[in-house]
Amino acid sequence: MQYQSQAVAKPYFIAAIGLFVGQILFGLIMGLQYVIGDFLFPAIPFNVARMVHTNLLIVWLLFGFMGASYFLVPEETETELFSPKLAIITFWVFLVAGALTVLGYLLVPYSTLAEMTGNNILATMGREFLEQPLITKIGIVIVALSFLFNITMTLLKGRKTSISLVLTLGLLGLAVFFLFSFYNPVNLVKDKYYWWWVVHLWVEGVWELILGAILAFVLIKVTGVDREVIEKWLYVIITMTLITGIIGTGHHYYWIGAPEYWQWWGSIFSALEPIPFFMMTVFAFNMVSRRRREHPNKAAVLWALGTGVLAFLGAGVWGFLHTLAPVNYYTHGTQLTAAHGHLAFYGAYVAVVLTMISYAMPILRGRAANSEKAQNMEKLAFWLMSISMLVITLLLTGAGIVQIWLQRISPTPMGFMAVQDQVSIFYWLREGTGVVFLIGLVIYISSFFVKGGAKAAA
Amino acid sequence: MSTTFTKSMARNIFYGGSVFFFLLFVALTVDTTHTLPKRDNSQNITPSVERGKKLWETNNCIGCHTLLGEGAYFAPELGNVYKRRGPEFIKIWIKSQPTGAPGRRQMPNFHLTDEELDDLVNFLKYTSEINTAKWPPNIEG
Ligand code: HEM
Ligand code: HEM
Ligand SMILES: [Fe+2]
Repeated sequence: MQYQSQAVAKPYFIAAIGLFVGQILFGLIMGLQYVIGDFLFPAIPFNVARMVHTNLLIVWLLFGFMGASYFLVPEETETELFSPKLAIITFWVFLVAGALTVLGYLLVPYSTLAEMTGNNILATMGREFLEQPLITKIGIVIVALSFLFNITMTLLKGRKTSISLVLTLGLLGLAVFFLFSFYNPVNLVKDKYYWWWVVHLWVEGVWELILGAILAFVLIKVTGVDREVIEKWLYVIITMTLITGIIGTGHHYYWIGAPEYWQWWGSIFSALEPIPFFMMTVFAFNMVSRRRREHPNKAAVLWALGTGVLAFLGAGVWGFLHTLAPVNYYTHGTQLTAAHGHLAFYGAYVAVVLTMISYAMPILRGRAANSEKAQNMEKLAFWLMSISMLVITLLLTGAGIVQIWLQRISPTPMGFMAVQDQVSIFYWLREGTGVVFLIGLVIYISSFFVKGGAKAAA
Repeated sequence: MSTTFTKSMARNIFYGGSVFFFLLFVALTVDTTHTLPKRDNSQNITPSVERGKKLWETNNCIGCHTLLGEGAYFAPELGNVYKRRGPEFIKIWIKSQPTGAPGRRQMPNFHLTDEELDDLVNFLKYTSEINTAKWPPNIEG
């Protein structure tokens, strides 16, 4: 570790992994409810499990981004963090707020939770991914502001590299677009229109800046390739991201009551969105093949390459699959959407956070890389989780295609519930594959506890 | 990438391109806002619809259902349920949950009053009349 204050990243990473486990457990609960409808009913209705699953995902990725920033920024700016103390305080605030929110979902009926937490003052709840009570949303804004303040102050007093600038810009965008979660007009079309300013402009906009910056940082470290080269790539990639992704928001405006010209704008621009993801893959492989050093942390290199490939598959290929308006007309809101959502989130954001953890965690624990044995376990976990996620995606794609056929294309369309019965075999297999994913995750966590034989200190 | 294309050129294109396309997006949004009243059925937003939307949100219906194709994929599309089932069926359905049929997907009972049920149905009626460019492909959603 080059700077003492980088140590604050550690609790963030640990919390991230802990919440990841919770996310997967609730995923498995839902997966079972898909085939055994009354499983855990009425204790945990499906919608409650879903909120926990998706909100934990977002929260642990945010923990991951923050931890990554606290590790990355001191090293890039070549100065200690502005206030490590503030970083630790915001860590606890965020963790406690997150835990209370999840407990609220699980223990109190949602309408009561809304009543208790000020939803009557400003109604923001009950929209997908933005289910958090008003006070939690305000808490998120406060945490984000204090975090941004800390990062910006550090940046101002240190060296300003492109990587740290791009990262900070991405984080700033994340905070700014979250503010649209407070805007919830009665007009449903407008509600949906601006809901996507949070959801789409996050994952296909500003989060990609964060993704690119973290990937670039790790690639510099593990390959030793010249910073000028890597940062140039970074700029080109994020340029492509924003010039395709901003107008690409239109791929969500086809059927929600917005003007029909969005079918053109959305189709054309979002069809180009895979380009930056493809470039990321080329970038990662290119840098690794041009490496000037053999970094002992092979697991981190694997994760970095995996991020490129899996993000391209999940976001690029599966995104393209249903992004053109004439296709989306049939696929909109089916299991195909869920297939894409899973591989895109996993391949891009889960993978990049785990890349950073893989690189940083050994250093935070006083060594350049973990022992051979620990690395082998981590690599096994990479393959188990990544392949099972790919298989889950393929199974949901299968379910989606049959669903679309029976419910939307067939001359004698079947009702939704009848179709769900027809595709239950896909759901059973998905659940089994989900268990493999969990095993991968358990092995991943175990790899942190392998004793002995560490590589030389950093 | 060749050496004549420098990092600072890449950076400038990034800033210029992003600002340009964001402004274009804002311009399209302004135009959308102007033309929206022709399609969004906002003339039919009554206080009852407003209460209905709030009930939709505070009971987290989106956690199982899609509405105009967005939400969860566990239970049927409800953007057009008013047209598929009609008001009376919807109210009786909501009141009679959960079915308790073994192994079947269960919907909770939300203990809504008759007035609240009317509000919810009015919200679903309003939603079903938004011009969605002929989506979904058929009545099954
Ligand atoms: C890492 C980047 C991405 C992530 C994390 C992501 C995630 C998601 C998620 C979770 C949804 C479902 C939203 C909902 O619940 O309604 C979604 C929808 C969608 N995504 Fe992505 N996505 C990414 C990139 C892309 C790209 C690059 C494309 C296009 C090439 C794309 C095309 C779509 C489309 C068309 C939908 C709407 C599906 C529907 O109509 O039901 N996505 N995405
Ligand atoms: C491995 C075990 C997992 C299982 C069994 C599982 C299952 C599910 C289920 C059943 C849903 C609800 C679909 C619906 O609305 O009907 C869901 C939603 C979701 N899950 Fe998972 N999940 C798992 C892992 C993950 C992972 C690792 C991620 C992130 C990388 C993830 C991200 C999501 C997202 C983003 C949604 C919302 C999708 C959308 O709106 O389209 N899940 N999951
Ligand atoms: Fe999108």
